[in-house]
Amino acid sequence: MAVKALSEYNFPAADTQDKFHGNQLLYVGWDDHLMFCAPFAYCIPPSTKFSELVEKHLPHSFGPHPEWAKVDVSKIVWLKSGQPFQPDMNKTLAEQGLEHKTALRMQTPGLNGNGTYF
Amino acid sequence: MDMKANKKKLGLKEKYAHMTRGLDWQTTYQPMDKVFPQATFEGIKIHDWEKWEDPFRLTMDAYWKYQAEKERKLYAVLDAFAQNNGHLGITDARYLNAVKLFLTGISPLEYVAHRGFAAAGRNFPGVGPRVACLMQSIDEIRHAQTQIHALSNYNKFYEGFHAGAAHQIERIWYLSVPKSFFDDAFSAGPFEWMIAIGFSFEYVLTNLLFVPFMSGAAYNGDMATVTFGFSAQSDEARHMTLGLECIKFMLEQDPDNLPIVQKWIDKWAWRGIRVLTLVGMMMDYMLPKRVMSWKEAWEIYFEQNGGALFNDLAKYGIKVPDCITQCTVDKEHISHQAWCTFYQYAHASAFHTWLPNAEEMDWLSAKYPNTFDKYYRPRYEQWREMADKGERFYNNTLPMLCQVCQIPMVFTEPDDPSKICYRESDYQGEKYHTCSDGCKHIFDDEPEKYIQAWLPVHQIYQGNCWPEGTDPTAEGFDPMAKVLEWYHIENGKDNLDYEGSGDQANFAAWRGAATQNT
Amino acid sequence: MSTVFIAFQTNEDTRPIVESILADNPHAVLDEQPAMVKINAEGQLVIKRESIEERIGRNFDLQELQINLITLSGNIDEDDDQFTLAWKN
Repeated sequence: MAVKALSEYNFPAADTQDKFHGNQLLYVGWDDHLMFCAPFAYCIPPSTKFSELVEKHLPHSFGPHPEWAKVDVSKIVWLKSGQPFQPDMNKTLAEQGLEHKTALRMQTPGLNGNGTYF
Repeated sequence: MDMKANKKKLGLKEKYAHMTRGLDWQTTYQPMDKVFPQATFEGIKIHDWEKWEDPFRLTMDAYWKYQAEKERKLYAVLDAFAQNNGHLGITDARYLNAVKLFLTGISPLEYVAHRGFAAAGRNFPGVGPRVACLMQSIDEIRHAQTQIHALSNYNKFYEGFHAGAAHQIERIWYLSVPKSFFDDAFSAGPFEWMIAIGFSFEYVLTNLLFVPFMSGAAYNGDMATVTFGFSAQSDEARHMTLGLECIKFMLEQDPDNLPIVQKWIDKWAWRGIRVLTLVGMMMDYMLPKRVMSWKEAWEIYFEQNGGALFNDLAKYGIKVPDCITQCTVDKEHISHQAWCTFYQYAHASAFHTWLPNAEEMDWLSAKYPNTFDKYYRPRYEQWREMADKGERFYNNTLPMLCQVCQIPMVFTEPDDPSKICYRESDYQGEKYHTCSDGCKHIFDDEPEKYIQAWLPVHQIYQGNCWPEGTDPTAEGFDPMAKVLEWYHIENGKDNLDYEGSGDQANFAAWRGAATQNT
Repeated sequence: MSTVFIAFQTNEDTRPIVESILADNPHAVLDEQPAMVKINAEGQLVIKRESIEERIGRNFDLQELQINLITLSGNIDEDDDQFTLAWKN
């Protein structure tokens, strides 16, 4: 349903990709690890390789968690918009359809803060 | 010579009738719908504005008389507070962090409420609601002013008050939550404003904000806050009554108004409840002496009192908002989720945080037997262990935010507190993320509105949150340091842990000086 | 039946008001909290001008309640002699 307004109501979206200086937004959360209160928002080029995401950006953010060292990157189960997703480490975000404002979830079966979801 | 007055004074009802009716006029050289352009576009049908009645029957002369008396009482206390070093009477300077949050997050809303009710009063064609909105508009600016006056006493002694009520509301990430709530309401029409602020916020939720907060302030020895709080609250009873009167009036005027009003109640109950997450955290974590838990306050003021209200409105066909099921789950989680968020982003907040101590955790276990030990105690114990090793956890990456409430996506699935709740919508080829079914529903209903949201994390990434003249390409450029500068947060003074802060050291020294001669 | 309530600041102005309310509404329950006194009652609560005047020994205008009022719940009906809060269901 449309906004009820006195005159035509049509305003630009605040966060379209063109406003991020050549970068895009990508969100990544780690299921069962609530030490990080919310998923992370990254602002990185669409030309970022997936391998760079998991080797550089994610360890910077998730590294402080005592379980991060136990994560086997090749065994992470990925969800994209809630659906199973099989990333290609050698492809860029753009090349595998990880467009602006995509939300990824990582699942690491067996790791859940010893059942506390820490 | 004695003038004997034989004529009896006007009774309350007569006086109200004389002083709120016949004050307006029919226009002659412009049509009425041009003079009141906002009266009809929302779809609310009003047939007879004369049916509006203020149950308090307060007239302008009585209003000035009683408000003046409230002000005299308030300023007498504030003088005494300042003259007698009242700031040293609080339980612990840690408590003041709740007051900082109040000054930066709530006082600016009072000012926006002042503007909003002035606008609503201007836009309603009926004289009864115009008078009531006028009074409320004046009340709200009084609240903003008295809060700023009262809390300026703390600014003489403590960190984190220096930016006052005006600057940070436009900028800081967590303050965008209350700001966007009021912006959303103010950018709607006058009837929706009345349901949003007059009814949902003032009637259904204000008790949760003011009553436990002020009672908590009293319990923690904060005379200044108690006094402005209760002085403001004495107006709230009238505001609540206006909100309730307004909704009954809309529903009685035309049956077509029911679905519109119901939609607004559903939307604004949820919007308001999300904002109150901050209050839940304040009650459960920020008061050294606690009055009641957030969950208990929720049960008294929302479930019982709100239940009575919705029973009463059922005769018009109004139903309890859908979000109630979610809220029943959330009441055992949200205060903990919020405090965990501020703990890890304390470097970017204009107040101090801390880990609850053993005794406080036991209190939380007792108040939240279903959730605290299972989900939250392990987190605090882990953080305590990390802090003891010198690795105090500060989150180094910006969080994903909800497009509607603007709170980081910290809330968990209604049926699984171990999983973050993700909801997604597509609109005009762009993805939008929300934290809950409630926020997603609001987005999907009016996407044109929420795509414009000023989301702090995205604004930082767009480079819009640095002081003017900042060169992000300069060598050694530190984006977060520049964001703090733009926020007017003094790094190392206003933010980080309470333990080791200037506030903690000063309070101990001054209180010592107040009780000893050396 | 639903509960109505009214809360006042705890002070010398409200002490006789609270006494009157409790005397006139035997079903009302007093709930004392820090700096605040709350009166809960099933269904309805009536505040009578005369009862307050008997206790304070002067004329009382029911609108003076506004000065020390903190919050209330229920539909209001006010005239010169009494102030009623009720949920009619």
